[in-house]
Amino acid sequence: MKREVSRRAVLAVGSAAAAKAALPGQAQAQAQSYVPGQMEAAIRNLLGEAVIRKGRVTLDLPPLVENGNTVPMTVSVESPMTREDHVKAIHVFNEKNPQANVISMRFGARAGRAQVSTRIRLAGTQKLMAIAEMSDGSCWSDTQEVVITLAACLEDLVP
Amino acid sequence: MSARALINVPKTARRGDVIEIKTLISHVMETGYRHGTNGRGIPRDIITSFSCKYNGEEIFATQLYPAVAANPFFTFHAVATESGTISFHWIGDNGFEVTEEAKIAVV
Repeated sequence: MKREVSRRAVLAVGSAAAAKAALPGQAQAQAQSYVPGQMEAAIRNLLGEAVIRKGRVTLDLPPLVENGNTVPMTVSVESPMTREDHVKAIHVFNEKNPQANVISMRFGARAGRAQVSTRIRLAGTQKLMAIAEMSDGSCWSDTQEVVITLAACLEDLVP
Repeated sequence: MSARALINVPKTARRGDVIEIKTLISHVMETGYRHGTNGRGIPRDIITSFSCKYNGEEIFATQLYPAVAANPFFTFHAVATESGTISFHWIGDNGFEVTEEAKIAVV
């Protein structure tokens, strides 16, 4: 005996179609909004044509995160933090959030230590990049890969 | 709109020491990318900037994007140079503004 269409297949097709119909147009556009060059564009927009070298910066993130809504992040930069030689700014960028900028931080000469901890949101498994701008104009960076099991921003899209 | 801000600054410090400052403020940080049950977009409502001054001199300032988690929390540092006031200032969408202060005695 041969069954032409299994019950399971019918249900799978039906629910996929229903999910697609339920998504508002805008939401669909957002789910597909990942632009490969988005991070590079945001970096160039902020730092211009500056040469970005690897090193001196440490971007500390858990490698595996369960909830993308609060991801602890610590950025630190090796620097004596004196008036003559200090970190002017640290910028953090992501690859796949709707917006490539995560945070931009500015330091005064009296900040003492170029180390900041905060909590961020990540919409899915992706790469993050921290760039430090020094008082002498040089730029240093670090890149980290984070695996997210539950993404932020998209919780209202999941049926 | 009232917001609760928590600040942790050591009461006393030795001159020249690097002190750790922690701040936490209650805020939803609505990204502007989410949709409500009716399918309509929820407008953005975030804190856009935060700054910290030590006796008037800026030691730390940040520009926040929707990628910062709800109830923004920061840990940063400062050199204890003299006794005085450390002030904190948050500015956000829809006229959100909170100012806080903490005293520090440097010995």
